[in-house]
Amino acid sequence: MFAYIARRIVYVIPIVISVALVCFLLVHITPGDPLVAVLPADASQELAAQLRTAYGFDRPLPVQFGLWLWRALHGDLGNSIATGRPVLSEVLRAVSNTVTLAIAAALIGFTLGLLFGLIAGYFRDTWIDKVATSIAIAGVSVPHYWLGMVMVIIFSVQLNWLPAVGAGPGGSGSWGWDWEHMKYLILPAITTSVIPMGIVTRTVRALTGDILSQDFVEALRAKGLRELDVFKHVIKNAAPTALAVMGLQLGYMLGGSILIETVFSWPGSGLLLNSAIFQRDLPLLQGTILVLALFFVALNLLVDIAQAAIDPRIKRG
Amino acid sequence: MTVMSDTALQAAPATKARGYWATVGRRIARDKVSMVCAFVLVLIFLSALLAPWLGLADPYQGSMIRRLRHIGTPNYPLGTDELGRDMLARLIYGGRLSLIIGILPVILAFMIGTSLGLIAGYVGGRLNTAIMRTIDVFYAFPSVLLAIAISGALGAGIVNSIVSLTIVFVPQITRVAESVTTGVRNMDFVEAARASGAGPFTIMRVHMLGNVLGPIFVYATGLISVSMILAAGLSFLGLGTKPPEPEWGLMLNTLRTAIYVNPWVAALPGVMIFAVSICFNLLSDGMRSAMDIRN
Repeated sequence: MFAYIARRIVYVIPIVISVALVCFLLVHITPGDPLVAVLPADASQELAAQLRTAYGFDRPLPVQFGLWLWRALHGDLGNSIATGRPVLSEVLRAVSNTVTLAIAAALIGFTLGLLFGLIAGYFRDTWIDKVATSIAIAGVSVPHYWLGMVMVIIFSVQLNWLPAVGAGPGGSGSWGWDWEHMKYLILPAITTSVIPMGIVTRTVRALTGDILSQDFVEALRAKGLRELDVFKHVIKNAAPTALAVMGLQLGYMLGGSILIETVFSWPGSGLLLNSAIFQRDLPLLQGTILVLALFFVALNLLVDIAQAAIDPRIKRG
Repeated sequence: MTVMSDTALQAAPATKARGYWATVGRRIARDKVSMVCAFVLVLIFLSALLAPWLGLADPYQGSMIRRLRHIGTPNYPLGTDELGRDMLARLIYGGRLSLIIGILPVILAFMIGTSLGLIAGYVGGRLNTAIMRTIDVFYAFPSVLLAIAISGALGAGIVNSIVSLTIVFVPQITRVAESVTTGVRNMDFVEAARASGAGPFTIMRVHMLGNVLGPIFVYATGLISVSMILAAGLSFLGLGTKPPEPEWGLMLNTLRTAIYVNPWVAALPGVMIFAVSICFNLLSDGMRSAMDIRN
């Protein structure tokens, strides 16, 4: 097992370097000068040249990349142009809010998805299956930012039950698991949960159907096992794949939160990305994307290892 | 026994005369859900295409005195938007740009991804490793993040949004194309073509393309659903087209301020995105099961 983990980690290193390269190059595919956001419109040539040297933009690209990577490895992602604060601390604070949202959404989405998927797979081709698959397909097809708007219309504007935007008293830095804060979490969490709910339902339904049609299930039933015990075998067999899909979905929720965070003004990494894009705050943009992508890579690695740990059929040698 | 084989023999020519694709077509035509979806999509496409000849109001012409009328107002069946423009006209005209920016990336990615996957799968070896490892890098980003990162770096605009979504979908289609091609590569008929002296390009074009296109096409149809949501999402964030252009994502964005005044009119553009997205998803599902003849 340790050899397997070690090898998987070694495989990840080139991916991490390539991810860093893509994030680095993002700034350089930007049309115009990367300095455009800091430089006043009437700046002299001299000032522009001075700043270019100060930011290191006058050096060759590979050197710039090497230096950037070296600093990044030491936790220095530069300073935000808009606020002047270190990018890393800004990003980490925002990511913690996104993690809160993603975990709440995962609890809702995965629970419902597993439930619907198991029921639909077990009662395949009955009306229960049709209802569950319809909910699932609606879940994966809905523009979630629009669903967020509809939620706000119903629960905030019409019924006035829940707040429409923000993360509660104290702003972005003081989240707490009390009702005063949690009522702000409900609508964005439900909205975020819809896509993973749909995908988990579809995956688990297909898995359950496949497993139930295998010979060993027939044998279990012939042996006299009760349906509940047969079901335990189904869950055991479906678990590794279901786990992999849920891990991937958690990653998508963490990395793809920009639209929902924009709708609900949720102060997470997505909203930070949004402001970085529109203020042309390139170090912040670069840093946020790098941190989110690294989270995603790390999560995928964990899922791989967890999958190998619980599934004896995966070769670890 | 003899009776059974006699009837089987009589029945055989009728079923055998129909080719694979004809059978698939018949199976889709019998599927009610797929047909309803196809009908809705054709309706939306045609109305977008023929918008100027449908006798609609001017989608750009606003009026300060008739802003945010409710659904069902005489002359404005779907109300008016925050600048007093007719919603029905804007939703129908909006289909033009929304469908282009939603579907074009998938078409482009389909062409690029299929070529890359076919080459990687057929040639194999180092070239395969080079292509597939490069593709892996893009899998290290969640697709929404990658789309927003690229289009955020390139800046707002229709072309940039199409480019960024194409880049997001190429790796996914390449992976599917590569795995399908690898499966077909070692089959006997490819071997036979090689033995009879066909070059690699001829083999790929004549013998392999037809066998791999089906599954890739179905996969790509399913991607249109995602692409519609993402493309409108980029416009919703302000990274796509610019006002006053009618486009569903952008309309949703500008109408956000109106949800306290006239909420249901504000939600309408999303219904269009949802309708197109769910229809493509269901159609893709229908095609997949129709092509799975074994069941």
